[in-house]
Amino acid sequence: MTDQTYSKTELMICVAARLFQDGTTAFIGTGIPMLAAMLAAKTIAPNLVPVFEFGGLGAIMEDLPRAVGEARTFHKGILAAGICELMETSQRGFIDYGFLGGAQIDPYGNLNSTTIGEHDHPKVRLPGSGGGNDVGSQCWMTVAIMQHDKRRFVPKLDFVTTPGYLTGPGAREAAGLPAGTHPINVVSTLALMDYDDGPGGTCRMRLAATHPGVTVQEVIENTGFELIIPEHVRVNDPPSTEDLRLLREEIDPERFYI
Amino acid sequence: MEILESGIGEMIQPPDIEAFREWNCTKKSRKLEDKLMSEQEAISTFVYDGCYIGTELYGTVRCPMSLCRELIRQGKKELRVVGQGVLELDLWLGAGLVKKLDITYIGLEVYGTCNALRRAVESGQVVSCVEWSNASISWRMKATAMGVPFLPTRSMLGTDTLKYSSAKVVEDPFTGLKVCLLPALILDVALIHVHRADRYGNAQIEGISGFSAEMARATKRLIISAEEIVPTDEIRKYPDRTIIPYYLVDAVVHAPFGSHPGEMAYIYGRDEPVIKEWVEMSKTVEGTRSYLDKYVFGVANHQEYMQLIGEERLARLVDERERRE
Repeated sequence: MTDQTYSKTELMICVAARLFQDGTTAFIGTGIPMLAAMLAAKTIAPNLVPVFEFGGLGAIMEDLPRAVGEARTFHKGILAAGICELMETSQRGFIDYGFLGGAQIDPYGNLNSTTIGEHDHPKVRLPGSGGGNDVGSQCWMTVAIMQHDKRRFVPKLDFVTTPGYLTGPGAREAAGLPAGTHPINVVSTLALMDYDDGPGGTCRMRLAATHPGVTVQEVIENTGFELIIPEHVRVNDPPSTEDLRLLREEIDPERFYI
Repeated sequence: MEILESGIGEMIQPPDIEAFREWNCTKKSRKLEDKLMSEQEAISTFVYDGCYIGTELYGTVRCPMSLCRELIRQGKKELRVVGQGVLELDLWLGAGLVKKLDITYIGLEVYGTCNALRRAVESGQVVSCVEWSNASISWRMKATAMGVPFLPTRSMLGTDTLKYSSAKVVEDPFTGLKVCLLPALILDVALIHVHRADRYGNAQIEGISGFSAEMARATKRLIISAEEIVPTDEIRKYPDRTIIPYYLVDAVVHAPFGSHPGEMAYIYGRDEPVIKEWVEMSKTVEGTRSYLDKYVFGVANHQEYMQLIGEERLARLVDERERRE
């Protein structure tokens, strides 16, 4: 516990870091997922194997990568290969987790990072899929990390860049995506979400735990679709003093993100 | 084989794998020939208006930036671009040279969305954006590298990324699984920056190899720029490190700091202030113009560009390089 103050972004990174499992392989997207992975590797998951799409696997992440191909993504690494090698490793079932960002998310965990508005005449042209679609298609479990507001949590995406549960139960398998792959969590600036994906479930997003100081009502008001609210909603632990020290002094001292 | 779904995206360059074999048979020399030339000569000889072109790796990492800047200086236009890019393609977009995009990702990574890309696409200057994932575009090149017309894969299924691509979905005749068929991608010209090459084009890379092996084998013309030009004896001492053999290569350019302001693993780090300068200036049309005037049109060639950056600054980037320890 801590009596320090912290920002919403710092809290989001700390909650996301707790989702990493030691001794697993995880595809890491640009930005916040990199900070969360570094924090996890320095705390609860020292044997995490980070995977970066352009070829780096098993790096010791001493400095925050600013690009998914820079040397920091294979610093003291196990492997410096190419994109095909790592994407094929994922396609044959070796990558456990994928951690992604996105501009928009819908109730089924699908992500948009391509266009706002109509594709051929967009209001806003976003960067595009990058490796996002591949990670959401091939990794066993996918976690999205996002700012939480109504513009980002929308009932229907303008463009489905990366698959979550698509249109609901069975849709991924019907589309031909590898069996057993699926989104598991969304970490936002307000809460931790999971999916109603047990037997007979709807595969829609469900509130799992609010961040400290955030009410369930606040989460509902900032979500553009009907979120499943279970009877008991947990409250996430605040960042520890050590988590904040690591984030501020070791992981992002130049304050790119926090 | 029944086609279950077809992407509606334009096939920007329909692949003709038989013609590519023919090209490789008749247009690519098997002789060890001296291909060393300047950026000016390489770009003016092999890049032309309307060509289908790709760069590797991308903007801030082992990217052929000196070649990219020379292309802008020569005003090669109406380019059809295979787009996995950060600074390099944003510069081309900002200079108004791009007509069509096979796009995977064009962004500024840590700094977010590209403003030059936004202006070029939202204004309709780029007339066609065909969507792909990073793995898909690399696998399309891999298909060409293998000499086959397509590859079955399991990405993009069920999404708008597939809908706005030119991929197709079929049922695999062996297992019954739905698979995404990616058409081979054959470039007219590719630009790749490497750590070292000899004057014939035998090229070696350190650190991650990105999609260099695939792109080098999926293009009719290949321009290599290298930090260092080494004697062929050096290549022959470490043949296991050769990722691009000479017969794939049409031009070799000696470009020390050729990836600047991006990094080159084990040689120099990235130049954050110059990258940030583009991030800031590319926010407006006027700023974009000023940046291009300063760093592209304001210098005659890469040697003058390095003088503009300055020895002291370049030495600092060398000091900040990733080290093997």
